[in-house]
Amino acid sequence: MAVREFAERGADLELVGIQKRFPGFTAIEELDLVIPAGSFFALLGPSGCGKTTTLRLVAGLEEPTRGRILIGGKDVTDTKSHERPVNTVFQSYALFPHMTVIENVAFGLKRRRISDAVAKAHEALRLVELDHLAQRRPQQLSGGQQQRVALARAIVNRPALLLLDEPLGALDLKLRRQMQLELKTIQEEVGLTFLHVTHDQEEAMTMADTVAVMNKGAIEQMGAPAELYELPRTVFVANFLGQSNLFTGQVVGTTSTAITVEAADARIVVPTARAQRHQGEVAVGVRPEKVVLHTEEPAATADRNVLGPGRVIDVSFSGVSTQYLVDLGALGTVVVFAQNVGSGPVAGLGAEVWVSWEVAHGFGLDDVPVEAGRFPADDSTTSIAAQRREGLVSELEEH
Amino acid sequence: MAFAAFATAEAQPQVQKRKSRIALFLLLPGILYLVLFFLTPLISLVLTSLQTPAEFGDIGQYDYAFNWQNYVTVVQQYLPHILRSFGYALAATVLALLFSYPLAYFIGVKARRWPLLQSLMLVLVIAPFFISFLLRTLAWKQLLSDESFIITSLKALSLMAPDAHFTGTPAAVIFGLTYNFIPFMTLPLYTTLERLDTRYLEAGSDLYANAFTVFRKITIPLSMPGIVAGTLLTFIPAAGDYVNASRDFLGGPDTQMMGNVIEANFLVLLNYPAAAALSIILMAAILVLVSIYVKRSGTEDLL
Repeated sequence: MAVREFAERGADLELVGIQKRFPGFTAIEELDLVIPAGSFFALLGPSGCGKTTTLRLVAGLEEPTRGRILIGGKDVTDTKSHERPVNTVFQSYALFPHMTVIENVAFGLKRRRISDAVAKAHEALRLVELDHLAQRRPQQLSGGQQQRVALARAIVNRPALLLLDEPLGALDLKLRRQMQLELKTIQEEVGLTFLHVTHDQEEAMTMADTVAVMNKGAIEQMGAPAELYELPRTVFVANFLGQSNLFTGQVVGTTSTAITVEAADARIVVPTARAQRHQGEVAVGVRPEKVVLHTEEPAATADRNVLGPGRVIDVSFSGVSTQYLVDLGALGTVVVFAQNVGSGPVAGLGAEVWVSWEVAHGFGLDDVPVEAGRFPADDSTTSIAAQRREGLVSELEEH
Repeated sequence: MAFAAFATAEAQPQVQKRKSRIALFLLLPGILYLVLFFLTPLISLVLTSLQTPAEFGDIGQYDYAFNWQNYVTVVQQYLPHILRSFGYALAATVLALLFSYPLAYFIGVKARRWPLLQSLMLVLVIAPFFISFLLRTLAWKQLLSDESFIITSLKALSLMAPDAHFTGTPAAVIFGLTYNFIPFMTLPLYTTLERLDTRYLEAGSDLYANAFTVFRKITIPLSMPGIVAGTLLTFIPAAGDYVNASRDFLGGPDTQMMGNVIEANFLVLLNYPAAAALSIILMAAILVLVSIYVKRSGTEDLL
């Protein structure tokens, strides 16, 4: 099944019950995923969460231990990578060093014996504005230029599915912004299905129509970027996608519209529709920019949660906004983003403050934070060995 | 960027000068060594090659002259040997490449996951070096002699004519050359293949190239420096070799190469000018062939 024609349009990608084990660890536990044709889909997650493995499975560079992969409804699980209508922009770009830029871009077309390969390659280079460098070797280009060549080399083939493996990781901030816009434009122009793997939550949110947050080999939550941000369902998503202020407590009251949670000695109200769990111990939260700082105790109203008093323990100014860290005693600390618009209270370090937010902005999560911290347990053999050694050394020093 | 490059270039000449003086000083021992042990014998060889026999002298006595006809004579007399030398060397190089490439690819790419296996196989490639090259070749002479197990079995199975020999044939000499120079092919191939970035191979496969095309279009070009180095390291000594083709080892009267002719002229016939002229022809021919080869293979920017 040589892929001799250009894809007319993007194709659906469907992963059914995918599992991938490597000797010694499982990269993907159980993954089911449907990416509709023509969409820009981002897989977001920390390093080691299995997102790159997922991409390599789709590209055919790895074989799944279990499960099926379907592209455009056709089962490609047993199809070799060179026979799949898929192209990848690799993290390392992987431009062939022994070929010129134009030879690199025309490589895929020539393999498929498409007529006018060189002319089409020039066209793709014009799209990324690099046609004037067609005769150079990849080593003679800057990182950003190499990235654009890698992109041209992939899209010139008009694959039904384009895979992007953190291709913007090596670029500086300004160039990255520019490339993000270009990618988005190209995707809209050619109408392909894009699967973008990244650990940069901002990149995922600005570019993708749908974001899937991956953690430990499974998808935690999936949806439109705004939806994910406004209504995270798990602690991991709440903390990985932006920042969150989380409070854990018991549900003490439930009405048809809201639940009341008692955390420490405070009561926090969350709309029932925005809470995943309605009884027992739950974690509720609010985004830092939704929280307002008060220097005097505000009057309690039904539609606002008020916490305080507390003390400002850190103030950091970042231009557009100021970030306050408020210590609320038993409730823990709360992060507040205040826009620097010249109005509203300005609290100094050590000031006594109250924080409040609209009940409608809160959310209730499906799980509660565990004390393990943000990073997964480091259980590689080397770190275990290092820890043991440290333990032994300190034991020796004591004697 | 461009301006910055010019600026640093202008500020540098002084540092450059001091650096080059130190470099020269460090090179001095090497230069002296080469002048003493390479240039002097070379000049002496050129002078010898132009000598004429002493008028009333014994055999082996020669006078300095400018007798360039020596060259014409040796080429006329030994053209078959010259051609045979390069033919055998070429055949041995091609065979060594065909054997070594899969071996080096396995050690350098496929065995990356098992470093122990990798080192073990490398040791096995180098192991023959621990035994003298002459002894190993003599051993092969025994193994391939008419009375040997291998040859008698082949004859018993009618795979060889009853009156045929293996030693003394061109095949035996090419076999010996291939065997003796295989490590010189394998090691440079291994060093380039060991550094081969497999992500390029994945990228090729992602761009619709099947395994064979990936090998032809990506693996081979990227390992070109190793192929060039390996073929040179095999071809040059093989072309000048006189052990394998010698009657005392794997060769016979019809398999004499240039090395054997030079040896005979120097040590048996005492015809020093002829031997010197042949040596210079061999050297020049190798130089020309090698420079054409390196140019044609276009590996300058990969080296």
